[in-house]
Amino acid sequence: MSDATLDTLAAPVPWWRSRTMQRFVGNRLAMLGLVLITALTLACFVGPWFLPFDEFYIDLRARFAPPMTGAHIFGTDPLGRDLAARLFHAGQVSLLVGFAAMLMSTVLGTVVGVVAGYRGGWLGAVLMRIVDAFLSFPSIFLLLVLAALVRPSPLMITIIIAVTSWMEVARLVEAETRTLRDQEFVMAARMLGLPAARIMFRELLPNVVGVVIVAATLTVARAILLEAYISYLGYGIQQPLPSWGNMLNSAQQYLADAPWLAVVPGVAITLAVTAFNFIGNGLRDALDVRSDMVGA
Amino acid sequence: MTRYLLSRFWQSLVLLLLVSVIGFLVLNLMPGGPLSQYTRTPGMTREMLDRIAEQMGLNRPLPVQYADWAWNLVQGDWGKSYRDGRPVLTIIGDHLFATLLLMGVSTFFAMIIGAWMGIRSAVRQGSLFDHSATVIAMVGFSVPTFWLGLIAIFIFSLWLGWLPAGNMYTVGDGSVRDIAVHLILPAATLALVSVATWSQYMRTATLDVISQDFVRTARAKGLTERRVLMKHIVGNAVVPMITLAGMQLPTLLGGALVTETVFTWPGMGRLFLDSLGYQDYPVIMGLLMFSAMLVLAGNLLADLAIAFIDPRIRLD
Repeated sequence: MSDATLDTLAAPVPWWRSRTMQRFVGNRLAMLGLVLITALTLACFVGPWFLPFDEFYIDLRARFAPPMTGAHIFGTDPLGRDLAARLFHAGQVSLLVGFAAMLMSTVLGTVVGVVAGYRGGWLGAVLMRIVDAFLSFPSIFLLLVLAALVRPSPLMITIIIAVTSWMEVARLVEAETRTLRDQEFVMAARMLGLPAARIMFRELLPNVVGVVIVAATLTVARAILLEAYISYLGYGIQQPLPSWGNMLNSAQQYLADAPWLAVVPGVAITLAVTAFNFIGNGLRDALDVRSDMVGA
Repeated sequence: MTRYLLSRFWQSLVLLLLVSVIGFLVLNLMPGGPLSQYTRTPGMTREMLDRIAEQMGLNRPLPVQYADWAWNLVQGDWGKSYRDGRPVLTIIGDHLFATLLLMGVSTFFAMIIGAWMGIRSAVRQGSLFDHSATVIAMVGFSVPTFWLGLIAIFIFSLWLGWLPAGNMYTVGDGSVRDIAVHLILPAATLALVSVATWSQYMRTATLDVISQDFVRTARAKGLTERRVLMKHIVGNAVVPMITLAGMQLPTLLGGALVTETVFTWPGMGRLFLDSLGYQDYPVIMGLLMFSAMLVLAGNLLADLAIAFIDPRIRLD
C-alpha cells in the first residue's frame, strides 16, 4: 500500500504500471494460475455449447464408455451420461459456489476484523475470542453437521461454507487494522468528529484492501475444496445437479472398471484450487502482505 | 513462567466455554433440532411431539437448557447413542485409538520429511530444489485428500496389488504387522498433504532465523556449517513450529475424517459420518465437542512445550 502512495506522490503512474502490478505480472506462477483459471472458466461456461451432449441425457447403451469413445471425449458415467458435459456444468456449479462463498465470508470477516481492530477493548476481545472458538472446530466437522441439518440447496451449501471460512480473513484484517488505528490519519479523522462507522469503512478499510484481496483469493481455493469434500461425502450439492465433488461420490465403487470417473473431476478440482493458490501467493508477494494463511 | 502458563490455561477455558455455546446453538437453533429424529417416526402426532419435548426439557428457556447440558458434559454424561443406547463417551473411546494411530504415524513422517524439505529450501533459497519444493507444496495443499486416496487405492491396490484398499486389519488376523500394512496407504495419503504445509512453515521459520546476528556470531566463532545449521538455526526455528503444530490440529483432524472414509478406517471420522447417516445427534454433538476439545488441548500442550523449551519464557 505504501508503495502505491509513494508512486502517486512522485508522478502520476497509472495503476497498471505501478510497482505492485509489475511484481505481480513478473510472478510466473501467478500468471500460470491466471491462465489456468481463465481457461477453466471458459471451458466450463462456453465449452457446453460445443458438446453434442446434454449433462442430464441418459444413454444406457453407452454406459461406462472410456475416454475418446466416439464423441465422448472424457467417456461416460454409470448412467451413460457424457462425462465432459457433466464436468463443465459441474465446474459452473463448483466455481460459482466457491466464488459466492468467498464473497460472503470475505464481507463477514472484513467487517468483524475492522470493527474488532478499530474498537478494540472488550468488544474487540469478545469478537476475536469468537473467531478463535470457531477456529477450534475442524471445519469439515462443523460443515458436515450444518449440512446435515439444512436442506442442501446450492445457496444453503454456499452459506454454510461461508459460515465456516470467514475466520482467517477476520484475523488478518483485525491485526492490520490494529496497527493502523493509532496512525495520524485516523487520529485526524477522529478529531474532525467523524462517526466511527465512517472512520472504519471509509478511512481504515481502503488501507487494508491488500490483506482482504489476498485472503479473498485464497478463500476461493478453500471454498472450492470444502464444497468438493462435503459433496463427495454426500452432504453437499445433490444429484442430478453435478458438482466436481459429487461426481467423485460414486467414483470409488467403480474405481477398478472406470478409473476415469475418478481421475477427470479430481484433476479439475486440483487445477482450479492450485490456480487460485498460485494467484493468491503472487498477490501476497506483490502487495507485500504478511499472512500465514494456507489453502485449506 | 507460572504466570504465562496460568494465562494460557484461562484462555483455553474461556475458549472451551465459547466452543460449547457454539456447539449447543448449532444443535438447537437449526430446523429440526434435537426433536428431528422423532418427527420422522410414522404415526407421530403434534401432541406426542410436545410431550417428548416436555420430557426432554425442551420447553425451558435456552440458557437453562444450556447450563443443564454443559453440567452434564462436565460430569462425563455426554448422552446415549440413538442407535444402540451406549454412552457417547464409550463409543468415542472405542474409535479414538484408530484415529490417533493414523494421525500420529502420518504426522511423524510428515514432520520429518517436511522439516527436511523446508530447511534445505531455506538454506539454498532460490535454488532449483527450493523452487520445485514450493511448487510441489502449493499443489500439495490444493489436492483434495480423498481424491489422493482414491488414486492411491487405484495404483497400489487395484493395479499393482501391493497393499490392501481399506479397513484396519484382515478379519481373523489383526497382528501388528497386519495393521501396519493396512496403515501404509491412509497414513501416506494424510501425510502427503501435511508435508506441503510443514515444509513451507519450516522454510519461513528457518529464513527468519538464518539472517539473525547470533547466526553470524556462531559462524564467526568458527563453528562448522553443520553445527551452525543444526544447533543455532534449526534449534531456533523449531519453536514457532511447535505452535504451528498445535494450530494444524483442526486441519489434521478434518483430513483424518476424510481419509478414514476413503479407506474405511474405523476411527472417529468414520464414526462421525455413520452417525450423520443415522441422524444420531448425541454422538454427532459428542464428536464435534470432543474434536474441538482435542484441538484446544493440543494448543495448550504446544504452549506448554514452548514454555519448557524456550528459555526466554522458561526463565521469565
